[in-house]
Amino acid sequence: MTDLLTPVLSANWGADNSWKLARYEATGGYRAMRKALAMAPTDVISLVKDANLRGRGGAGFPTGMKWSFVPQDNPNPKYLVVNADESEPGTCKDMPLLMASPHTLVEGIIISSFAINSHTAFIYCRGEVLHVIRRLQQAVREAYAAGYLGRNILGTGYDLDIIVHAGAGAYICGEETALLDSLEGRRGQPRLRPPFPAVAGLYASPTVINNVESIASVPSIVANGAAWFQSMGTEKSKGFTLYSLSGHVKRAGQFEAPMGITLRQLIDLAGGIRDGHELKFFTPGGSSTPILTADALDLPLDYEGMAGAGSMLGTKALQVFDETTSIVRTTLRFVEFYKHESCGKCTPCREGSWWLVQMLMKFEAGTAQEGDVDKMLDICDNIGGRSFCALADGAVACLTSAVRHFRPEFELGYHTPAWELFPYEKSALFTVEGDAR
Amino acid sequence: MTVDAKTSAEVTPKPDMVTLTIDGTQVSVPKGTLIIRAAEMIGTAIPRFCDHPLLDPVGACRQCMVEIPDAGNGRGFPKPQASCTMPVAEGMKVNTQVSSPVAKKAQEGMLELLLINHPLDCPICDKGGECPLQNQSLSHGYGESRYLGRKRTFPKPVNISAQILLDRERCVLCARCTRFSEQISGDPFIALVERGALQQIGTYEQDPYDSYFSGNVVQICPVGALTSAAYRFQSRPFDLVSTTTTCEHCAAGCQLRTDQRHHQVKRRLAGNLPEVNEEWSCDKGRFGFMYGRGDDRVTRPLVRRDGVLQPASWPEAIDVVVHGLRAAAGAVGVQTGGRLTVENAYGYSKFARVVLGTNNIDFRSRPASHEEARFLAANVAGRTVAESVNYADFDSASHVVLVGFEPEDESPIVFLRLRKAVRKNRLQVTTLAPFASRGTAKLNATLVPVAPGGEAAALAGLDGLDSGTVVLLGERVATLPGVLSTATARAAQTGARLAWIPRRAGEVGALEAGCLPGLLPGGRPTTDVRARVDVAAHWGVPTLPGTPGLSGDEQFAALANGSLKAVLIAGVDPYDLADPTTALAGLDNADFVLSIEQRMSAVTERADVVLPASLLEEQAGNFLNWEHRAGRVNNVNRQPVTPMTDLRILAALADAFGADLGFRAAKQAFADLNELGQWDGTRPAATRGGTHVKSEGIALASWRELLDASQGNDFELALRATARPALARLSPVTAERLALGDIVRVSDGTREVLLPLEATDGMVDDVVWVPMNPSRTDRLWAAPGTPVTVSAVFADEGE
Repeated sequence: MTDLLTPVLSANWGADNSWKLARYEATGGYRAMRKALAMAPTDVISLVKDANLRGRGGAGFPTGMKWSFVPQDNPNPKYLVVNADESEPGTCKDMPLLMASPHTLVEGIIISSFAINSHTAFIYCRGEVLHVIRRLQQAVREAYAAGYLGRNILGTGYDLDIIVHAGAGAYICGEETALLDSLEGRRGQPRLRPPFPAVAGLYASPTVINNVESIASVPSIVANGAAWFQSMGTEKSKGFTLYSLSGHVKRAGQFEAPMGITLRQLIDLAGGIRDGHELKFFTPGGSSTPILTADALDLPLDYEGMAGAGSMLGTKALQVFDETTSIVRTTLRFVEFYKHESCGKCTPCREGSWWLVQMLMKFEAGTAQEGDVDKMLDICDNIGGRSFCALADGAVACLTSAVRHFRPEFELGYHTPAWELFPYEKSALFTVEGDAR
Repeated sequence: MTVDAKTSAEVTPKPDMVTLTIDGTQVSVPKGTLIIRAAEMIGTAIPRFCDHPLLDPVGACRQCMVEIPDAGNGRGFPKPQASCTMPVAEGMKVNTQVSSPVAKKAQEGMLELLLINHPLDCPICDKGGECPLQNQSLSHGYGESRYLGRKRTFPKPVNISAQILLDRERCVLCARCTRFSEQISGDPFIALVERGALQQIGTYEQDPYDSYFSGNVVQICPVGALTSAAYRFQSRPFDLVSTTTTCEHCAAGCQLRTDQRHHQVKRRLAGNLPEVNEEWSCDKGRFGFMYGRGDDRVTRPLVRRDGVLQPASWPEAIDVVVHGLRAAAGAVGVQTGGRLTVENAYGYSKFARVVLGTNNIDFRSRPASHEEARFLAANVAGRTVAESVNYADFDSASHVVLVGFEPEDESPIVFLRLRKAVRKNRLQVTTLAPFASRGTAKLNATLVPVAPGGEAAALAGLDGLDSGTVVLLGERVATLPGVLSTATARAAQTGARLAWIPRRAGEVGALEAGCLPGLLPGGRPTTDVRARVDVAAHWGVPTLPGTPGLSGDEQFAALANGSLKAVLIAGVDPYDLADPTTALAGLDNADFVLSIEQRMSAVTERADVVLPASLLEEQAGNFLNWEHRAGRVNNVNRQPVTPMTDLRILAALADAFGADLGFRAAKQAFADLNELGQWDGTRPAATRGGTHVKSEGIALASWRELLDASQGNDFELALRATARPALARLSPVTAERLALGDIVRVSDGTREVLLPLEATDGMVDDVVWVPMNPSRTDRLWAAPGTPVTVSAVFADEGE
């Protein structure tokens, strides 16, 4: 069973003090950096292009191509910004990675910055995870002390500084341009594009923004080659990746496997659904990706497989819900999150999420009116694709997909409260006091 | 293909034009045009809130959604796009609400969303009737809302300044006000705070929205979220009668829209004059219209009998005037003040020469000098707008030098246009001043620190002057010896262009009308016989007096020593002059004082006859702004009132003298002046000015702030409350040397003021700056550059 797993990023997570430099180096850490620094920067970009590494933050944009967009003739400094603002409900891959092996990211940053000719890199880390920020800061400190950061790294003449920046608790700052505004000290709100960050990003200078996992994957590609990376995964989605399972499975957690593994295989790896229960629906990549049902259990969890099923791979955050779960309540919780996190800049997201939450509360309470499902879908239609950034699209996607799969259950909200149909204690994993069931 | 080169140039569209199709109609627009404005060109108004043509696009309200089936590259956008942020592309196809059901639904849906948290209190909202949200809801919205939920509420209204009130419930968060304050005026004291549905406009802690341009945010607010204390609940837009006119407060020449109801002006809005004020105005121009509402208004002719001014009929008062002026024949002076329309000024100019037979006429009711008069005759008078520096020149200039001129305080629209050029065209600004003021800091100006009086030397040695340079000279340079002649010399040497920007709206017009001792209309020198023959022929009189007359200051001195007997004064406040003591003494000593005034003043107190003059809103005419551009003043109020225009009063007086002024209405006077035209003969050369004599002690630096105790701001309490607090500025070194505390006493020998000390970094040592007119009573009379004493005030120094 476990031969389905391909632990690369997570290979050393179980080791004692895995987050320390000495431990990381003992298992081969920072060898890829030495190798890369001896290469020409363009060769590093070509290598990552050849490996066909695609962005692990959700959109799946080819990482090497993103790097090649940086105009090297621009007189301004070039910046690498690592997006570690992991805040999507269900998503928990970057934080465990940074807790267990922050040096994987630091090494990845050194190689990536070298490739794009950047001498300053930023890690924008979600502000709530203080323990992760401390581990990152400690790792950066260790790397400086080892001479892997700072001036003239290992005598190669290459200089690099890494700045760990803590966010202040806003989901929108995971959106790359809002992240840049926040990093510059402004309110995190998405910027108008163009100009795109590759041309005028941080401090109006060429900027590459990559997800933690994307950058952390780079050292292994440098160490093992593009062919090795290409040997894993499916036709268009190559390599390994971290799948996070949560919800009604026996052993929730992170599973590192090749792209294209199916949910059925992952659930088996996680010990199966809770005893006596069966899958009702799941999110393939966090709450903003349209939900799927048991019909999709055998679809490959890669970019194309999920797009083909009308959803998205997203952050590969598989939240598994069994038949005890109320879809109405789940959707309300998701939409409440987006209402809370809407930055307020544009009308459809700000006002629409406010409205949808109130409507969903009526569905949950069984006080919705006949026709409200269609009304709600029409409001979703007025929100989705009209907003400034993709936040509202995510808010609407979970709702429209839920209605698509479970419309009758929503229609029960015209007269029956969700808590009568799906007593909440039955789906709860933990009591209020925190005891495991 | 062989095509004649000339023909091909004619048929090929200009390379900077882009052709696209909107709703099936082809249109060519300049490259870079936004879709929303390209659509306007074919008559399609796409609804919008956040979009404003003078602000950077933000794309926040999402109201202007259109469908783009082809972006010009053969591929379309799968989703509707905001037309306010996307520039056109060659071959692009755009479907607006006119032809696209998707765009129409997107727009209707957006309006429904905008209204769910809106209080819908149109019946009690100032904006109701002229509200873009209301109008577009009717034209592009659903008839009814499907929203049955709870509305977000906020306490309201919130005073974000003494003048501006914020209703956060009505706000649609379009960010026009915040973008205006950041991008246009540079006063980012308001910003969006909080997030999601709780996002709102906010100020920092207790700091108010401190801006000379705050009224603009009320005007550009597309809903009733921002209102002014001055106009709140005053009227409904549909009850107002609107008149386009020109502002009387400064020489910028802003077009205004003045709204009156029941013959009372209720508000003024910025007009739309792209060449001058674009769509902006300063708060003084917008809110400063109450000055004629007080009980000090002169409403009927007054004649002094037994030492007391008593009401009289027009014929009686005119008789007394004719008697008084005839008795003083040959020894009469005329002072017009700087606030008349060009027609009224022309009336005084002709009246002085033809009826009184004198060149004793001056419009400069402020510190002035002979050097200035010669500079004006040589370099400013007799020019047209085409020959003068103009606003558009700021956009093409590479360098602007400010001398004795604080644009934000002394000509706010010049400030806005300079700031636009700095922001958009990277214009470099250099200021010769004792410190970097808030206004010049917002222009990113390079400070050349000079103590008052040192400007001429600094200008003489200033690098970076070339043909791309414009030197802006404020009216204050009149009393800074040598500045004007140095500026003339440097301009001749480097090719830099000069512009003189006085504060008052009527000064350039009065200059062109010939209200100077040495100048006839059109810049004709009094001393030039050909010029006199020109004007005499035009006026139909045999001769004109050929000797230069007395300047304003000289007139008062002559009145005081008895060599001048009578004076005709319009709109002069003696306290505005360099030497108020002599002016008052002159008025006291004069045999006959005729005051043509709107309001009672220090002059009417001493006048023998006071004739009531119309307010600007009660007459028509033109102002010439600093560019020599004519700005039309229109009659806002057709209220039947006793006061007459200055021109009509002068015509009646001329009649009584048995002379003929030749015109009695502004239209005739303007035509007559234009017919006379500009002088085409030799102009007098600007002469060398004196040099500044450095005196011991602390030198006084001072200018008039936009919002101060000026009478133009009277009776508008909220406007006065937004004035900057009066304070005294000294360099930290000087403040320490003088052992000053929190409060300082500044004394010019006869008068003193107590002001809080603001130690100002980068300020020239041994200079103190105080506002010139913080209060009608507590102010210095000394001119800038003169030595003053500065001392500490201690708390136990009781009254």
